[in-house]
This record gives sequence, C-alpha cells and structure tokens, in this order.
Amino acid sequence: MTTKVLMKGSEAIAEAAILSGCRYFFGYPITPQNEIPEYLAKHLPKVGGTFLQAESEISAIYMVLGGAAAGARVMTSSSSPGISLKQEGISYMAGAETPCVIVNIMRGGPGLGAIQGAQPDYWQATRGGGHGDYRLLVLAPATVQEAVDLTYQAFDLADKYRNPVMILGDGILAQIMEPVELPEANNQLPDKAWAVGKNENRPRNIVSSSYPKVDELEKVSIRLHERYAQIKKNEVRWDSYLTDDAEYVIASYGSAARIAKAAIKMARAEGIKVGLIRPISVWPFPTEPFQNIVPQTKFFLSFEMCTGQMIDDVRLAIGNERPVYHYGRLGGVIPLPEELLAKIKELVKEAK
Amino acid sequence: MDKVSSFPKTLVDVPMHYCPGCTHGIIHRLVAEVIEEMEIAFKTVGIASVGCSCFCYDYFNFDVVASAHGRAPATATGVKRVHPECLVFTYQGDGDLAAIGTAEIIHAAVRGEKISVIFVNNGIYGMTGGQMAPTTLPEMKATTSPYGRSTALTGYPIKMTEMLALQDGCVYAERTKISSVATINKTKKAIRKSFELQIAGKGFSVVEILSTCPTNWGMEPLESIKWMEENLETYYPVGLIKDEKEVK
Amino acid sequence: MHELLLAGFGGQGVMLMGKILAYAGMKEEKQVMFIPSYGSEMRGGTANCSVILSEEEIDAPVVSKPTVLVAMNTPSFDKFESSVKENGIIILNSSLITKETTRENVKIVKVPASDIAKGLGNERIINMVLLGTLIAVTNCVKVGSIMASLKEILPPHRHNLLPLNQKAIEDAMSLVK
Repeated sequence: MTTKVLMKGSEAIAEAAILSGCRYFFGYPITPQNEIPEYLAKHLPKVGGTFLQAESEISAIYMVLGGAAAGARVMTSSSSPGISLKQEGISYMAGAETPCVIVNIMRGGPGLGAIQGAQPDYWQATRGGGHGDYRLLVLAPATVQEAVDLTYQAFDLADKYRNPVMILGDGILAQIMEPVELPEANNQLPDKAWAVGKNENRPRNIVSSSYPKVDELEKVSIRLHERYAQIKKNEVRWDSYLTDDAEYVIASYGSAARIAKAAIKMARAEGIKVGLIRPISVWPFPTEPFQNIVPQTKFFLSFEMCTGQMIDDVRLAIGNERPVYHYGRLGGVIPLPEELLAKIKELVKEAK
Repeated sequence: MDKVSSFPKTLVDVPMHYCPGCTHGIIHRLVAEVIEEMEIAFKTVGIASVGCSCFCYDYFNFDVVASAHGRAPATATGVKRVHPECLVFTYQGDGDLAAIGTAEIIHAAVRGEKISVIFVNNGIYGMTGGQMAPTTLPEMKATTSPYGRSTALTGYPIKMTEMLALQDGCVYAERTKISSVATINKTKKAIRKSFELQIAGKGFSVVEILSTCPTNWGMEPLESIKWMEENLETYYPVGLIKDEKEVK
Repeated sequence: MHELLLAGFGGQGVMLMGKILAYAGMKEEKQVMFIPSYGSEMRGGTANCSVILSEEEIDAPVVSKPTVLVAMNTPSFDKFESSVKENGIIILNSSLITKETTRENVKIVKVPASDIAKGLGNERIINMVLLGTLIAVTNCVKVGSIMASLKEILPPHRHNLLPLNQKAIEDAMSLVK
C-alpha cells in the first residue's frame, strides 16, 4: 500500500517535480508561491540538483532557457506579476522549441493586485501569453493530489512536444494541505539529441528562436501549429460531475471547481439538476464535452474567480446554442458555495 | 613548406554579413582560433545575444544557444549549471550588455558564474541602425541623439567593465581594442586567458573589445579606427582592469 | 463532517494544532484538508486556520460556517463568534476570554486553557490543552492518532516534550468528562 503524506499544494508541486526528474530550478520570490522555491532550495541539493535564485523573473526564465537548451529538466515558478515578466522568455522558449515547466500560482490583479488566490490569468495562459503565435500546454489542478500528478506528467509532456508546459494554480491550491500519494521517482529521462553540451560525435546543435528568413519562419510556424494540433488531439483532459441528467451546466476549473461542486451538491438537495464540466487542460480546451451536452442543457454558467475569461472558450465551444452566464468574485475574494447556489437559483428561475 | 596558418575548423566557411570595416569578423575569428588551439570545440557552447552579432551561430562551428536582448548571461548560467564541464561564453555588444542586459551581466559577475564574456563595444547600436547606446560618447551623434549626445538629457557613458571588475565574483577583466596586428594579438591573448581561467574553474571573466562601426559612425574603415583610438579609447582606456592575481 | 476553525494570536500554536488534527484524521483514513488563513491575514492580529475532517470527499477549500470554533483570545472570539454554524460548538479559552456569547443556538465550552498550561509549567502548550478539549467534545479524532501524529510532526529534538503534550491533552480531556 502506498502511504499518504500530508502536503501543502506548493510543496507537493515541488516534490512532484523532483520525482519527475527535474534537477534545476531558477526563480525569484513572490507571494503566494514562495514555498515552491523554498522547498526546492532545501531538497534539490540532496538529489544532486541545483536551485538558483535569480536577480529577477526575467533572468530566471532565461536561466530556464539555458538549462532546457542544455537538455535538463528545468522548472520555474512564480505568481501573476512575475509570470508577466517571464513572458518574453516563454515566447523565446516556445520559438526555440525548448521544454520546461512553468508554475503560475495566480493572485488577484491587475498590477501589483493582491496576494490572495484568484484566477485572472486564464487568457494570458491559454493564448500563449507573450508575443508571437504560440501556445502553451496548460494544466489546471484542483486538488493537491492532482497538482502532484499533473506536475509529474508535465515534464514528460514538455519533452514529448518540446514545448513549455504551464501548471496553472492559484493561491488556494498552493496553501491548503491535503493527503497525497507520491509517484515513483522517474529515473529514465529521454535523450535529447538536439540539446547543446558536449558534442564529440555529432554535428553542432543550435537552439534558437531566430529565423530571419521569412519563408523559413513560416515553415517553423507551420511546424509549431501542427504540433499544437497534435496536442489538441492527444492531450485534452477534463472531468465531469453529475452531468448525466443535468439541465444546467457549470464550467469551472481549479479551486473554483471545488467550490462549484459543493454548490452543486446543495442545489441537488433542493432538486435542481445541475452538473459540472471541469477542464483540467485549459489549453487545449475540452470543447467536445460542452458540445455533447448542449441538447440537454438549458444554460451554461462559467464560474471563475475573475470577471469571466474561460467563458469565451465555453462560448466558442457551443456557439450561440445556449445562453452562457458568468459568476465569480474578484481580487482574491473567495466565493462561497452559498453564493454560487444563490446565482444558480436566480438563473434557473429566470430560465423558467 | 610548413603550413603556418589555416582557416579554423571552429568557423564555418561562409561569407559573413558584417559591414566592410566592422571588426566583428576579426573577433569571431579570434574566438574560434583560441577554441581550436585549446582543443575544446567539442565542449564549447556559445551564447548569442541580440545585435549585429546575433547570427554568430551561422559562423561558429560549435553549439550555440541564441538568447534574447541582454539575457545571454542568464542563458549562459543555465547552460553552465547543467554542463559545468563545458566552456560557455557569451558574445554581446554594448547595446545588449550595457543597457537592457545590465542586471543580467552584473549578477552573473556577482555570482561568480564560471563563464566568459566577450563584450564588443563600439559605442552605438549597430543592427537597429545607429541609435544612441549607454556607451555613446558625449556630443557623439547617433540617430536618436541627432544633435550629439547631451549629458544633460541622457547622462554619461557607462563603464561596464570597471563596474564588473568591482564584483568579487569577477576574476579577470581586461579591455582591448582591434586596430592593428599588435592589438589583435593582444585581444587574442586576453580571450585565451579568459577561457583558460574558466576551464580552470576560477570564475567570471570579461574581455571588453573596443570596436568600430564605420557604417553608423558614417566613416571610412581606416578613419573609424583612428576615431576609435582618438575618442572611444580616451573614455575607455585599454589595459588590464582586474587580474586573476588580485583574486583571493 | 467536522469543519473546525482554530483562532488565536501568533505564537499560541494555532497552525500546529490544525496540522496535528489533519494529520491525525489522515491516519484514521478520513478525508482531510488543512486550510491556513490565506494571504495577508497571516500578518498581525489574529492567526487562524481551518481543518475539515470528513468521511466523504471534501469539495470547497473554504470553511465559512465552522461546526466548531476554538477561540484562544478575545479578538478571535469577537471575529468568528457569529460565523459558527447553528447548533455548533464554541470552545473558548476562559483564561483570556471573559465575555459571554450573544449566540443562543451554539454550545459553549469554557476551558481555562492558559491557566492549565501555566499549571503544567509551560504556557506554550495552551494549544494542546484546547486540542484535548476539542477531541473530548467532538470525538473528531482519537487521542492515539493525535499522539502518533505529534511524534511525526515534531522534530526529534523536541520529542522530550511529548509526555508534557500528552499530559496536557489528557488533563483537558478528563475535565470534559
């Protein structure tokens, strides 16, 4: 029997990274994710790894680029404002086809905002984030166990597609403690023939996102686009709850989805047939489950801790077939299940 | 008859894109020759920056990672931490290193990052078309200082290598120039010393090389060399700034 | 399902108390969640955390209406008294909290926790006294699980404090019975 350990979300992410073979972390402090670098500063040296605190988020992401170009499993983590600073480097990494894992523990924004958990970076995460026509594979865990599992897989996915993968969490997930089962340490890392380093028996390797000839850059863009199509085909992840007979469907991800689940239980107790579709990969977005449930659904309700960003993807999935509403609290205020229940009841009443 | 010189295997035999009279080509060759002579090409990783030299990976015949404007020292850090056995150097211009990349270069020196920095200083932004750099001399004309650099408006030229030499993590800092066979040979020696110190695991080192930009200075190549020695060099004196022996 | 809200001021061992409860629940194969007070609430004033112990899957990572409030000082009592669920329990440290509740539909358990801790020779074990009261009143976890968890959570150089902790818990439990 695997034993469970009680872990904080942020520390669980850090431990899962080590177990997945990550040996290099470059970062810069920012609340509410400091337990990730702190954990790795303590534990990476014990497994022969390197933790290095950079002078800025910008520098950190370019250290990640260097480490990834050198073939290692590399991670960085930050929170909203810091992730904004990293965007230049993330774009370079996408362009240079270098794998890495980036953790964004979202907080309230814009600007310096507040340090409490929120979900205002959905657009930034799912649309690439920086300049240029690229995508990140973005995974949004809702529980500490899922944070472990997805972080562990994220390194494999990054290597498989030679693309940065983002773990999109929030201050709630990072701070709560839950029992988790940790996976086995991964000791079989893939060979990376394209990486730089000792080069005795091969031609030189160049890792670059610079393609000054337009026809060459177009070819690269098409290649990236085709890879994104593969990701869309293979890596869509989602979960659903009480959707079989649902007449109303809530769309929610991450910590918000757990609040949604509690509200759905309350609504069900009052006889309201409401269910949940929870995207686990927010890019690629699970459009199919939303499309498939349209015939039985009277309305969709996107429940997010922001003014409504994922609602766009729900609308893109179902078109104008059904109304799509939004409910959420802002700035780091945690919405309560009771509030969502009240919103559900109000919308159900209007729909009748 | 003995062969006394040949084209280094560490350079790709293609025409370079640099302007006539530009010294990047000479500096590329010096770097390549040192690597060949030290027989370390198999474990060398160059880090390209942004500027005229951003396509140096078209010419260097060894592994190169292209970084963003100013970020080469951070990228070099990542590579070196993963492959401490490799020779890792950045190749940066003054726009890249002395402006947008100030934080990255200073902190690489502060950490004593075991990398070598080839810093080519011609006091102007070359690739973007001759804009004012932090290294541009007072009263010197550039496209964004069309009346000459006003110190009242933009301050004074930055002395990066002196600043880097102040950091305890920096083991060797020297400024050279490319103007004659003698100064080219001196520059090569400085590059070799920097690489040798890195291989010996000593720490951060920087070789600043005063260079010319005939195109953006609006001069003939020979005239630009003269101008460099009479103007740039008076502000940025060549010579040893910090020697390894000073390091405890 | 137990939704416990533990509140006091910094240094009263609120967080440790919460972690021990979550750990003990996990040992009993319950579903558990430990929720620290998020963000800047951590600075100054009251320190608080929540623990959910349940036989079923835990959904919302938030406790808005606790079934039990453990209030270690007056500001915590003032802040959270009204949030306690109907027919819930408030365990208060009567050494520091002298006011009476305004709630009619909650059970009040008064424990002179600071005085008991002082009597045992260590004021810092006030959290263990209240932990003893809490498990005696609610039966949310067994004392054996608490002791086993303490042993795992406390670093070895603090294990000399285990007997004192156990005594504080047991003394408080016997006061309830």
